[in-house]
Amino acid sequence: MIRFDHVSKRYPGGFEALLDVDFQLGEGEFAFLTGHSGAGKSTLLKLIMLMEKASAGQVFVNGQNLNRMPRRQLPYFRRNIGVVFQDHQLLFDRNVFENVALPLQVAGYNSHDAARRVRAALDKVGLLKKENQNPVALSGGEQQRVGIARAVVNKPVLLLADEPTGNLDPDLSAEIMNLFELFSQVGTSVLVATHDLELINRQRHRVIKLDQGRLVADGTDGGGKP
Amino acid sequence: MSRKPAATRKPVKTTAPPAPKKPRASRGNAWFQQHQAVAVDSLSRMLAEPGSSLLTWAVIGIAMALPVCLLLFLQNFRQLNTSLEEAGNISLFMQYDISRVELEAVAREIEALAGVAGVTLVTADEALAEFQDTSGFGNALDGLDENPLPALVIVRPASDLAADVRELAARMEAMPQVAAAQVDLEWLQRLYAIISLAQRFTVGLAALLALGVVLAIGNTVRLAIENRRDEILVVKLVGGTDAFVSRPFLYTGIWFGVGGGLFAAIVALLAFFLLAGPFARLMALYDSDFTLTGLTASDLLLLLVVAGALGLSGAWLSVLRHLRRIEPA
Repeated sequence: MIRFDHVSKRYPGGFEALLDVDFQLGEGEFAFLTGHSGAGKSTLLKLIMLMEKASAGQVFVNGQNLNRMPRRQLPYFRRNIGVVFQDHQLLFDRNVFENVALPLQVAGYNSHDAARRVRAALDKVGLLKKENQNPVALSGGEQQRVGIARAVVNKPVLLLADEPTGNLDPDLSAEIMNLFELFSQVGTSVLVATHDLELINRQRHRVIKLDQGRLVADGTDGGGKP
Repeated sequence: MSRKPAATRKPVKTTAPPAPKKPRASRGNAWFQQHQAVAVDSLSRMLAEPGSSLLTWAVIGIAMALPVCLLLFLQNFRQLNTSLEEAGNISLFMQYDISRVELEAVAREIEALAGVAGVTLVTADEALAEFQDTSGFGNALDGLDENPLPALVIVRPASDLAADVRELAARMEAMPQVAAAQVDLEWLQRLYAIISLAQRFTVGLAALLALGVVLAIGNTVRLAIENRRDEILVVKLVGGTDAFVSRPFLYTGIWFGVGGGLFAAIVALLAFFLLAGPFARLMALYDSDFTLTGLTASDLLLLLVVAGALGLSGAWLSVLRHLRRIEPA
C-alpha cells in the first residue's frame, strides 16, 4: 500500500526532516509511526498525502509513484486516503452530518447515496444521534470521532492519523484506537503517528520509529522502548 | 452505470488499485444537483450579510448605470434620427414656368447625377396643399388667385458629408430649370456627427467601467476566498478538485454581477422616470409626439446576462490568482 524507497526530505533552508527512509506497509496492515516531536512523523505523513514532495528517493502509494503524479490527478488520489488530524480540522459553519458528507460531496455522490454513507459512518463512531449538531458543541473526543467518520466515509484504502489522541484522556484514546483496529480488520491499511508510548505498548502492532529523520526501529517488539 | 460499485462495499482487500479518476458514484443528476446547491448556497451566504452585499451591489450597479443610461439615451436619439431622416436633403426650387413634363424630365436627369441617392417630386399644387395643411394659413391661401409656390425637387444626397452635399447643391443650382437650391438643416448633420462621437465615447466608457466592475468583483471574491481559507484547505485535503473548490466563488461572482446589474437597472429606470416628464414637454414644444423608450424586458435580460458574465470573469481572475496558492501544507 505504501512503499518508501530511500526517501529524503530536505526543507528550504537545509533542514533534513527525513533521511534515507525505507519501509513498506501492506494492505490491511496496522502500524504505529513514532518518535520524538521533530523526528519527521508529520513530514512522512505529508509525503504520503502529497502535501509535500520528496527531495530524494521515491514514494509509492496504492501502486502510484507520487513523484510522477501530475497536479490534476492529486484530488482523485487523495480520495483514496482518509486522514485524521490532531486538531480534527472540522468546519464549524456546518453541522456534523455536513462535515462528514464533505468527501462524498467532493467525489460527486448524489445526496441520497451520500446520506446513506454518512449515517453508516456516524453509526460506526457512535454519533448518529448528533448528526444535526454543530461540531463546536461536541466534546473533544466526539469531535475527533467526527473527524474519523469523515476520514472513513469514502471507504478509503488507506487511513492516516496524525496524533489522533493528542488531546484525549486514556479511555477516549483507547476507544479511538479500537475504531482504527476495526477499520484495519476490514482491509484498510492504517498508519497512526503518535508519541503516546502507553498507547503503543497496549496494542501489539508493528511500530516504525523515527529519530531525527532516520528510521531507527521497525518491528512488533514494542518500539516504544528505547 | 451500476448503482453502486460493489468494490466500495466489500472489505477492501483488492489487489489492483482502484482507478483513481473514475467518479465512483454519479447518477447523472449529481453534477446538476451540486451546481444547484452551490448556486443557492453562495446566494444565501450573500443574503446573510445584506449590509456588505448591498454595498458591493451598489458599487457595481453605479458603475454600470452610467453606460446603461448613456446607451439608452443614444438609442432614443437614433430613433429620433430616423424620424427626421430627410433633414439632410437638398430642396431644389424650380422656375415658375416649368411644365409638368419638363419637371419630370429634369427630375430624371437629376436622379442620374453622380452623388444623388434619390429624388422626390413635389409639384406646385402638392406644395400648396401641404402648406395649407401644416401652416395654419389655409383660409388665407384660398384667397390667392394663383399658386405662389414653385415646384420642388427634393434630392437625397448619397453622401452625408456637408462639403459633398454643398458641392452637389451648387452643381444643381447651375441647371437652368432650377431657381434656387437649399441645403436643409446642416445643423442636424453636425448633431449626427456629435452623436456618433458620443456613441464611441460611451462604448469606450462602458469598456472601461466593465473592466472596473471585473476588478471590483475580483477583489471582493478574493476577500471571500480569504474568509473561507480553512474550508478550502479541508476540501482540498479530502480530494476536492480545483473546479469543485472554485465553484462557490464563481457563483459568488455571478451573483455580485447580477445584483449589480439589477441595481443599475433600477437607477436607469429611475433616471428615465425623472426625465420622461420634462422630455415630453420639450417634444410637445416641437410639435412631436416622440416619447422616451426606457429599459425594455429584453434590454433588462441582456443587462443581467452581461453583468453576470462580468461577475463571472472577475471571480475567475481572482480564483486563478488566489485559489491555487492555498494548498494544504
